[in-house]
Amino acid sequence: MIEIENVYKSFGALQVLKGINLTVPNGEVLTVIGGSGSGKSTLLTCINGLEKIDSGRILVDGTDVHAKSTDLNKLRQKLGIVFQQFNAFPHLTVLENVTLAPRKVLGQSKEQAREMAVKQLSHVGLGDKLDVYPSRLSGGQQQRMAIARALAMSPDYMLFDEVTSALDPQLVGEVLDTLRLLASEGMTMICVTHEMKFAREVSDRVAFFDKGVMAEIAPPAQLFDAPQTESLKTFLAATH
Amino acid sequence: MFGYTFQWKQALSKLPQMLDGALVTMEIALLSMAIGIALAVLLTLFRLSGNRVLNGFAVTWVEVARNTPALFQIYMAHFGVASFGIHFSPFTSLLIGITFNNAGYLAENFRGALKAIPETQTRAGRSLGMTPLEAFGYIVMPQMLRIAFLPMTNQMVWAILMTSLGVTVGLNIDLYGVTQDLNALTFRTFELFAIAGVIFYLITKIIQLGARLVAARLFRY
Repeated sequence: MIEIENVYKSFGALQVLKGINLTVPNGEVLTVIGGSGSGKSTLLTCINGLEKIDSGRILVDGTDVHAKSTDLNKLRQKLGIVFQQFNAFPHLTVLENVTLAPRKVLGQSKEQAREMAVKQLSHVGLGDKLDVYPSRLSGGQQQRMAIARALAMSPDYMLFDEVTSALDPQLVGEVLDTLRLLASEGMTMICVTHEMKFAREVSDRVAFFDKGVMAEIAPPAQLFDAPQTESLKTFLAATH
Repeated sequence: MFGYTFQWKQALSKLPQMLDGALVTMEIALLSMAIGIALAVLLTLFRLSGNRVLNGFAVTWVEVARNTPALFQIYMAHFGVASFGIHFSPFTSLLIGITFNNAGYLAENFRGALKAIPETQTRAGRSLGMTPLEAFGYIVMPQMLRIAFLPMTNQMVWAILMTSLGVTVGLNIDLYGVTQDLNALTFRTFELFAIAGVIFYLITKIIQLGARLVAARLFRY
């Protein structure tokens, strides 16, 4: 379970999160929508401790992410994150990209890591690209590799930060299909996205962020069909 | 011409001794590169550390290495430290001097190479549970060394050529030192140094060709 309690975060004078409260139970697929600069991506990087918070608390399975005593490297092993930029490691093959962290961080043997990597890469449809360098992959393939790379650490939670935003339109579908597959398998996921159709389809709940505040959170049917706030109505009108 | 008679045969008879010297020259250059690369990585880490003392140390090293003559650096490693009662052999002094120079230049090359590697690479590594040092070692450094590979071969060539400064601290077992000694014995000045020049040229050419072959393998991605 991920518990976010009254989290505030600023970059200099710019306040990006203004008192966020949110609990994500295990097995939930939560999508976060909102305009750019609404704080939704920042929230993800705060959850895995890449960004510090100014006040409040974020608990992952009861562990305070930002407590001094927390071993963030250990905690991040349960929090997979995939970014908008694919961040493929260009000097490593697809297989090596996926086995690197399990071998060096989890201490798995080469064979063990390979087995897991092959499984995850097949899962995302890249089972035939093991020995290819990322430069030979399309954006969609690179992004699916990044997802397999995160999954190879056997995380309990997956955070997706606008993972289709940098893709050509015709490649968006294959990545969303991968996310759908994960959701159907019961992975706990937080997806920051601009894909409204996807959000409506896979989410248990959708949260709408507006200027650093979580303005609304509801099951997709309710949120999309009966928006309560003016800002959400405006946002939905603009994106449809 | 000019009343000078070339005696190539006599000079060429010294070739085996000069080639032995060339081996020492290559040994010094290779050692100075291996240690220099390791030190340059360390200096790079110091600069990335965000620690003011470590950063200042690294910046000072790079500044001195790049803005003073290599001869000065070698002199300091021999006669300079001797003033404080520290005595190195000519071989060691030359090695220290060139290594110091290499590390400074390479650290600067590495800094440039790092600019070509997006910050998000480190972020991706950290988000997979790596420590900052692991992310650097497994993700950033291999890319950095590849980007800086050609400047590194330049520095290797430079290291070969810098060994000729060893004569100034009394080294006489490297290519230039051997040639200098042979010249003192035979006075075949032009022939001996011309042969030394050709050997230097061949060594550096072989390094450049070898580097190109290695690069073709390394830059597959």
